[in-house]
Amino acid sequence: MTGRSDRAESIRHTMEEDGDAVHDHTATLNRNRYEAMASLDGGDALRRRAREIKEDAIADLPELIDRVEAAVEANGGRVYVADDAADANRYVQQVASARDAETAVKSKSMTTEELELNDALVDAGVDVYETDLGEFVIQVAEESPSHIVGPAMHRSREDIAELFNDYFDPEEPLETADELTRFARDYLGDKIRDADLGVTGANFVLADSGTVVLVTNEGNARKSAVTPDAHVAVAGVEKLLPSVEELQPFVELIARSATGQSIAQYVSMLSPPTDSPTLDFDDPNTPDFGGEGGDREFHLVLVDNGRFEMREDDQLRETLYCIRCGACSNSCANFQHVGGHAFGGETYSGGIASGWEAGVHGLESTEEFNDLCTGCTRCVDACPVEIDVPWINTVVRDRLNRGADPDAFDSLVTGLTPDDEPSGFALDKRVFGNFGTLAKWGSATAPVSNWVADAGPARALLERAVGIDRRRDLPQFARETFADWYADRGSRIDDPDAAVTLYPDVYTNYVRPDRGKAAVRVLEAAGVRVDVSPVSESGRAPLSQGMVSTAEDRAVETRAALEPALDAGCDVVVLEPSDLSIFRREYERLLPEGDAAALADAAYSLVEYLTACDTTPLAGDERVAYHAHCQGRTVGELDASEALLDCLGYDVVTSAEAVECCGMAGSFGYKEAYYELSVEVGETLADWAADHPDRTLVAGGASCLDQLDALVDRTPLHVAELLDPET
Amino acid sequence: MSATTRFEAALSAFDATLTRTRTADFSARLDEVVDPPAVGSPLPFEGVSLDGTDVVTEPTPAQLRDATTGVTAAAFAIAEYGTLAVRSTAGGDEPVSLYPERHVAVVRESDVLSDADAAFSRLADAFADGPESVVFATGVSGTGDMGEYVEGVHGPREVRVLLLEDR
Repeated sequence: MTGRSDRAESIRHTMEEDGDAVHDHTATLNRNRYEAMASLDGGDALRRRAREIKEDAIADLPELIDRVEAAVEANGGRVYVADDAADANRYVQQVASARDAETAVKSKSMTTEELELNDALVDAGVDVYETDLGEFVIQVAEESPSHIVGPAMHRSREDIAELFNDYFDPEEPLETADELTRFARDYLGDKIRDADLGVTGANFVLADSGTVVLVTNEGNARKSAVTPDAHVAVAGVEKLLPSVEELQPFVELIARSATGQSIAQYVSMLSPPTDSPTLDFDDPNTPDFGGEGGDREFHLVLVDNGRFEMREDDQLRETLYCIRCGACSNSCANFQHVGGHAFGGETYSGGIASGWEAGVHGLESTEEFNDLCTGCTRCVDACPVEIDVPWINTVVRDRLNRGADPDAFDSLVTGLTPDDEPSGFALDKRVFGNFGTLAKWGSATAPVSNWVADAGPARALLERAVGIDRRRDLPQFARETFADWYADRGSRIDDPDAAVTLYPDVYTNYVRPDRGKAAVRVLEAAGVRVDVSPVSESGRAPLSQGMVSTAEDRAVETRAALEPALDAGCDVVVLEPSDLSIFRREYERLLPEGDAAALADAAYSLVEYLTACDTTPLAGDERVAYHAHCQGRTVGELDASEALLDCLGYDVVTSAEAVECCGMAGSFGYKEAYYELSVEVGETLADWAADHPDRTLVAGGASCLDQLDALVDRTPLHVAELLDPET
Repeated sequence: MSATTRFEAALSAFDATLTRTRTADFSARLDEVVDPPAVGSPLPFEGVSLDGTDVVTEPTPAQLRDATTGVTAAAFAIAEYGTLAVRSTAGGDEPVSLYPERHVAVVRESDVLSDADAAFSRLADAFADGPESVVFATGVSGTGDMGEYVEGVHGPREVRVLLLEDR
């Protein structure tokens, strides 16, 4: 593993090289996706249906393989199930050599990237030409894809022009996108007409009819599949669907999710060998497309390469539902700023890459980029097959932690890291993962802890030992905790309309008690009696570091702390969206079966609770700019907040269209390796805030507030502080 | 809104035109939308044919390569998206609809289906009779891979639809 400062340097370099072009492209695709999905009636039901189809197909995989073998063979083609990359490549080499193939044309296929099939074909004496223009660019540049859908996304038009002019030395230098496209089309057109072999991937394979489904915008897959007499389609086994009956949701979702188009330009459903006449451009003057041109030959290579093991793995299995649309990359703030060359492994990139890389290349291939997933969950809403991408990243992080070598740091953190994690893995993760303990200590010793922590030598030590970037302001621990304040003050409601339990998360309790106090006053103004449960860390902090067993312990403790409230049938108000999110999303994975549901049902954000209780006399007419917390947004916080504030009389604009994550993401923005990326991402939010200079800034979570505090001149408020009757 | 009206609206989003014709006037209307030289594949619809027009069927590879226009039938159309369903026939619908810069698709009005549900229902019926090969072609080929969006890559740059009103 590279050191923290090496990693910071590597990310800085990728941001400089690729960042602008990747950001322009991904942000546009992401906006287009929002529009396309918003205009689709029943989009979420379609995603659900697609998910169910994939779940069933992966469960039935062995049977689907039998069915597709029978169907393809009945059509006159052959199926080969390859165990691994070497096996698949050997088979394709044999097909090429049996036909004395000298050249092959390929359409875009991430699976063949995974296999490194091009190298294998070159080794067998076959010249390979990528016909997707993005793949063609990176083939000429000898680079790897920076995005699973737009492989040359990191290159601007100017870059590509320079590359082509150097490489091909055309008579007239190429300059415009139009000229570059014409040049590539003509160059590749010749290669396609001359090719002996056409190689494609497959977006889907229909078992019952032996149909390969190819989704493209350029038309290159059609040409590559149909022009040469022999067609080899290479697909992971997970691409199988039972029949055309199951295809519709995917056709409707894939282009919307990938590019925001309602349907891709070309959705080819080929059941090869097809009836299309063979084309012989070496015999240009014979009628009927070249006349008696022989039979078509078709091979379907289905690739295992780790997928059957993924299918047996309860945590990684849902990776196999992925349809490779890239929506998780486009909706990811970190990805938008670095692209797949930093946020990717050997083959795959973006949020889902941890699952694919761990499954097909091995855990070590995820090591350099797994931490770039902050668990913000923006991709969860984007994924057309509802994959819990952050959970996959968390599990992979946990496995990486467990594989780490023991080192000497453990003695330094004894006491501050009361976890069950294996000794030896990164100290920064253990410190951040045990934030609750740290905060308790910091608050008990405040303000001395704050002075010491802020002093130059301490910041240097923190940076060196724990990886906390010295440029980042540290949280200031409060001497009087929220829980102590409330214990002294008590309830001021004698004749309540309702009663709630307020969950004092560690951030509210030890760092930002003011928002807890504001929440109490807001609830009391609404006639609600407030009880405060014992302080406990929800498990969010260790979960974000991939410390799953520690997160389980914290979840059990928190569930126990809230047990009396739940037993009493009391609603629980949660101020920190990351905690509301863990109650609703991850507790079902962390707690014994059945324990999560009661809490998930009883837990409300402050806004949701006020909306539901319908007794609030609160009102305001301020102009507000609202940035929703990412995880909160995934569990509905944005819509609820916008609706309530609007109803109370506020004039609200939200950042939903302009900003995904703020870049802070809990501990992420503190880490030396990621500080600069965090700030770069945060600038998008800061720019949005600057576009609304006369509005009160309101943000959902502690991280968003910290990031805004650091990057914006105005002081942002938690929604409880906005509504606080005392301000 | 009728399916045809919807289809025409969807086509106009990518500058594709829809020309209505009765079978009796087919040859004249075809001339208007063909930019020669043109190649074609046999039309399976009663009362219309490429025979006797300037469109070359069973072309040589050189004619296919050099053609400006390719004329094919579409098995059906999806009004919602402006999509043409082109089958892989022995007459060469697939290469003829793909290689030339302009694709002229001949569609029966009764084959203009309202939406994806209707289209997949039709497709499922076709697959029930045996494996099919068909492409849903929507708009013109395009790419953003050269830094900006460009139309006309490996496939056609223009699409014209000739709608048979009495079929």
